[in-house]
Amino acid sequence: MKFIIIYLQNLTLKPSKKFFELVPNGITSMITFVGLGLRDSRDITLKGLEAVKKADRVYAEFYTSRLSAGIEELEKEFGRKIEVLERKDLEEESWKIVNEGAEKNVVILVPGDPMIATTHASIVIEAKKRGVKVGIIHNASIISAVAGITGLHIYRFGKTATVSYPYGDTVSRTPLDVIKQNLSINAHTLLLLDLNPEPMTIPEAVTILKRVDDGTLNHFAVGIARAGGDSFIVCDNFYRLKNYDFGEPLHSIVFLGKTLHITEYEFLREFASPPDNLAEIVE
Amino acid sequence: MTRAKKMVDRIKELMHQPDRIRNMGIVAHIDHGKTTLSDNLLAGAGMISEELAGRQLYLDFDSQEQERGITINSASVSMVHEYKGEDYLINLIDTPGHVDFGGEVTRAMRAVDGVIVVVDAVEGIMPQTETVLRQALKENVKPVLFVNKVDRLIRELEVTPEEMQKRFVKVISDVNKFIKAVNPQKYEEWKLDVTNGSVAFGSALYNWAVSVPSMQETGVGFKEVYDYLKADNSKELAKKSPLFKVVLDMVIRHLPSPIEAQKRRISTIWRGDLESDVGKAMLNCDPKGPVALMITKIVTDPHAGEIAVGRLFSGTLKAGTELHILDKKAKNRAQTVGLFMGPRRVEVDEIPAGNIVAIVGLKDASAGSTCSTSEDMEPFESIKHYSEPVVTMAIEAKNPRDLPKLIEVLRKLAKEDPTLQVTLNEETGEHLISGMGELHLEVKVERIRRDFGLEVNTSPPIVVFRETVTTVSPSVEGKSPNKHNRFYIVVEPCPEEVIRRFKEGEIDMRMDKKERRRLLQEAGLPGEEAAGIQEYFEGNIFVDVTKGIQYLNETMELILEGFREAMQAGPVAREPVHGLKVKLVDCKLHEDAVHRGPAQVIPAVRSAIFAAMLQARPALLEPMQKVYITVPQEMMGAVTREIQGRRGQILEIESEGDAVTVIAKAPVKEMFGFAGAIRGATSGKAIWSVEFAGFEQVPQNLFEQFVMEVRQRKGLKLEIPKPEDFIG
Ligand SMILES: Nc1nc2c(ncn2[C@@H]2O[C@H](COP(=O)(O)OP(=O)(O)OP(=O)(O)O)[C@@H](O)[C@H]2O)c(=O)[nH]1
Ligand SMILES: C[S@@+](CC[C@H](N)C(=O)[O-])C[C@H]1O[C@@H](n2cnc3c(N)ncnc32)[C@H](O)[C@@H]1O
Ligand SMILES: [Mg+2]
Repeated sequence: MKFIIIYLQNLTLKPSKKFFELVPNGITSMITFVGLGLRDSRDITLKGLEAVKKADRVYAEFYTSRLSAGIEELEKEFGRKIEVLERKDLEEESWKIVNEGAEKNVVILVPGDPMIATTHASIVIEAKKRGVKVGIIHNASIISAVAGITGLHIYRFGKTATVSYPYGDTVSRTPLDVIKQNLSINAHTLLLLDLNPEPMTIPEAVTILKRVDDGTLNHFAVGIARAGGDSFIVCDNFYRLKNYDFGEPLHSIVFLGKTLHITEYEFLREFASPPDNLAEIVE
Repeated sequence: MTRAKKMVDRIKELMHQPDRIRNMGIVAHIDHGKTTLSDNLLAGAGMISEELAGRQLYLDFDSQEQERGITINSASVSMVHEYKGEDYLINLIDTPGHVDFGGEVTRAMRAVDGVIVVVDAVEGIMPQTETVLRQALKENVKPVLFVNKVDRLIRELEVTPEEMQKRFVKVISDVNKFIKAVNPQKYEEWKLDVTNGSVAFGSALYNWAVSVPSMQETGVGFKEVYDYLKADNSKELAKKSPLFKVVLDMVIRHLPSPIEAQKRRISTIWRGDLESDVGKAMLNCDPKGPVALMITKIVTDPHAGEIAVGRLFSGTLKAGTELHILDKKAKNRAQTVGLFMGPRRVEVDEIPAGNIVAIVGLKDASAGSTCSTSEDMEPFESIKHYSEPVVTMAIEAKNPRDLPKLIEVLRKLAKEDPTLQVTLNEETGEHLISGMGELHLEVKVERIRRDFGLEVNTSPPIVVFRETVTTVSPSVEGKSPNKHNRFYIVVEPCPEEVIRRFKEGEIDMRMDKKERRRLLQEAGLPGEEAAGIQEYFEGNIFVDVTKGIQYLNETMELILEGFREAMQAGPVAREPVHGLKVKLVDCKLHEDAVHRGPAQVIPAVRSAIFAAMLQARPALLEPMQKVYITVPQEMMGAVTREIQGRRGQILEIESEGDAVTVIAKAPVKEMFGFAGAIRGATSGKAIWSVEFAGFEQVPQNLFEQFVMEVRQRKGLKLEIPKPEDFIG
């Protein structure tokens, strides 16, 4: 995610007006990434919907995130046939999409915000190099919703990390390292959870990280399920999050910084049923 | 029958007295008389009638063995011999002599503690004699010598008594020289000596033998032998100095019991801690210790199904014993335990350490598995096969509906015989079987037809090449599909000595790091690379020379996965790669493991290796064979023509009397159909054999042609890929 932020900064340094425009009249070919928001077929923005309606071809991808809505629901709502892309269509064979964007108006639907997804920036670069126009229509993202749903201050978040499924016997230490770095500057850590092959649940994530813990994880965290929908959040000791039933995915975790601001604490006390001793870390 | 019954009871008793057991193999060049000898030993011990022995080849009970007149499968059999008033249990394994079935010999060497090396007195030491003797010596298995077919010397060559003795001396000194070269530490103890009785002479077919100790007992010496044979009276000779007695006495006197043998063999075949429970139990051949069993053979029986045969080094096996099959991480229950008396299996209640056993119920075990009652036992050293599967055929079921059955049968065959390699290509639907030679494959295909009742079509034989490089590549960047991970790779030829040491087990990835580094440097790897070695895979190595890259350690397994994939099928013709050093010189990794998972890292590494190989002057290697052909003098021209027409190179010509032996080297690819051609060219007068002679580079002028042949067969584009195809 760090990489993307740098990239967007680059764009603002070298603004290219047309680059962000909606399909301007007269332009008949480009690629537009449209964010679908967090929940269902009705979270798309008006601009996004307009782009879908104008497109020659509508694709969607659900490997970087998911909605609670199925593809039929989206097709019905938007009145368009939608083709689902696999990871390899946007990575190994991204040239095919870029080629198509050189001739047609192509829309790619992405859950959440379309650029909060590691891969898609590469296509933007590839298209730019090939002289194919690219449009981006932003939407709500878990990255922003996390502040809204927990009351934690967005400027108190450090780096984000993903808890991945172990490969063979190897559990990645990255999330633990990131949490430690963030703790050292008293920042919260947003932990996203692996999606493939199945969306990971909070209890699973706790079990996996336990295998690399060196004592760091014995601290408070907030479990978040289905932000933007019938959401559910709980604040407790990280290890105790294992005991809650969070229901359907998607799930995320915020590992809290060393201390809480008083207003962060008050919010969590109202909405996240924390244990009494959470009060001890209020600065 | 009652006699055989009684025999079973004696065997059951002796099983429990390891000092009275001899586990031995019979090894030799093809046709030197192993099976005839084994049969006559069995007959002498009263296991089969004398009528049958030697004529019917009781131990070649498979229908293909009988038709082809050669041994294909090693067969194990138990018998009792009385020596100085005491009974001894002899577990004997008769092995095949044809090179194509060399894997059977290699595996049998793990089960036994001693071997009788049989040498045809007329032919002397042959290439395969050396190969099998080397295998025995590497496994720390002690040899004795039986010089066979002595009747031929007198009847066919009409040698004088002096010439006869001269030949004997030559055979013995050849064998001794070889022992000294292969196992110098053991030489003093193991060298063969006529006077102490570790050598016997005789005729397996005519059922007589002599040795120095037997001469002292019976008064039948070389002179008497000569006279009897001249008088054409081998019957009388066999009565006075019977084969089985002389040979089995030699076995009991000179080959070690399991008690003696395990004391010194365990450290050769097992790397675990000799002070641990199982270590001590094996050293002492302790029936009360944990079960430590090495499977050396899987036999498919029409009634009992798969039977696992192996050597029990410690513990006692009973029906019902639960065993961990260590290589499969599986657990199986032994349904019955028993031993073999020829094709017949005899079930017993229990078998203690030191015996060769047959077990029904170990469905996950394959030839080479370690089985134990202790889950964390260190497995036995894997059995190393010295030649490689170099001949390949495509195989398909005649009736497409039989495909699932074919796959099941191929799996079974691969389990029985680790030298048979089965490649199932789900993409193209092409199923390949690779083996040690044409005959090996022919026999397997025939077995599929006969024993499994499946009709199949096969392609003509082909060879599998190896891809390699001849120079150093530039540093090549491989990008992951999501572009967030970059791997910088250099490939170059790997020093031969490094590969040899890994292949022969002198170096492995489990050994002490410092020691490994020292050995690798000694073998020609620069210090930095020797320290960064990560993996040896099928004749190729991967080294990491990067410094301090975060999360590289948790990504290494994936990188190696990409390396292995690339080595299994290279860029030029999708043939396996050999002799490559792959060097990781730098890399950039995404911080989050989800963005550097298998789907990202494996293809990035593989394509970088491919693009690098294409920039390092790629070449093909092809398997070579050494060919030994003996013909009458006047046919030498026909032989040399036949060899030269096959890109062959004559290495040596030796003549003895009227016969000449031509030793040549030729590509396996050109040797297909040689059997028929040489028979035609010499009116069937040629005696010939081949031996695997490693891989050599395909001449530059044939490179492209061979690449295209392979690509065409595999349905690949008919051009050699360019680096850009992989790292565009
Ligand atoms: N003259 C003579 N012929 C023998 C003697 N021993 C074996 N033969 C013959 O040699 C041939 C090969 O004998 P086998 O016992 O099948 O040889 P083998 O070593 O088992 O052969 P493979 O298992 O195929 O390697 C047969 O025709 C035997 O009859 C012998 O002492 N004298
Ligand atoms: C790559 S990220 C999301 C990218 C998406 N483009 C966005 O901007 O939201 C995917 C991960 O975010 C988390 N996530 C996404 N949507 C969520 C939601 N509605 N509630 C909780 N977690 C969510 C999950 O952990 C999921 O595995
Ligand atoms: Mg034989």
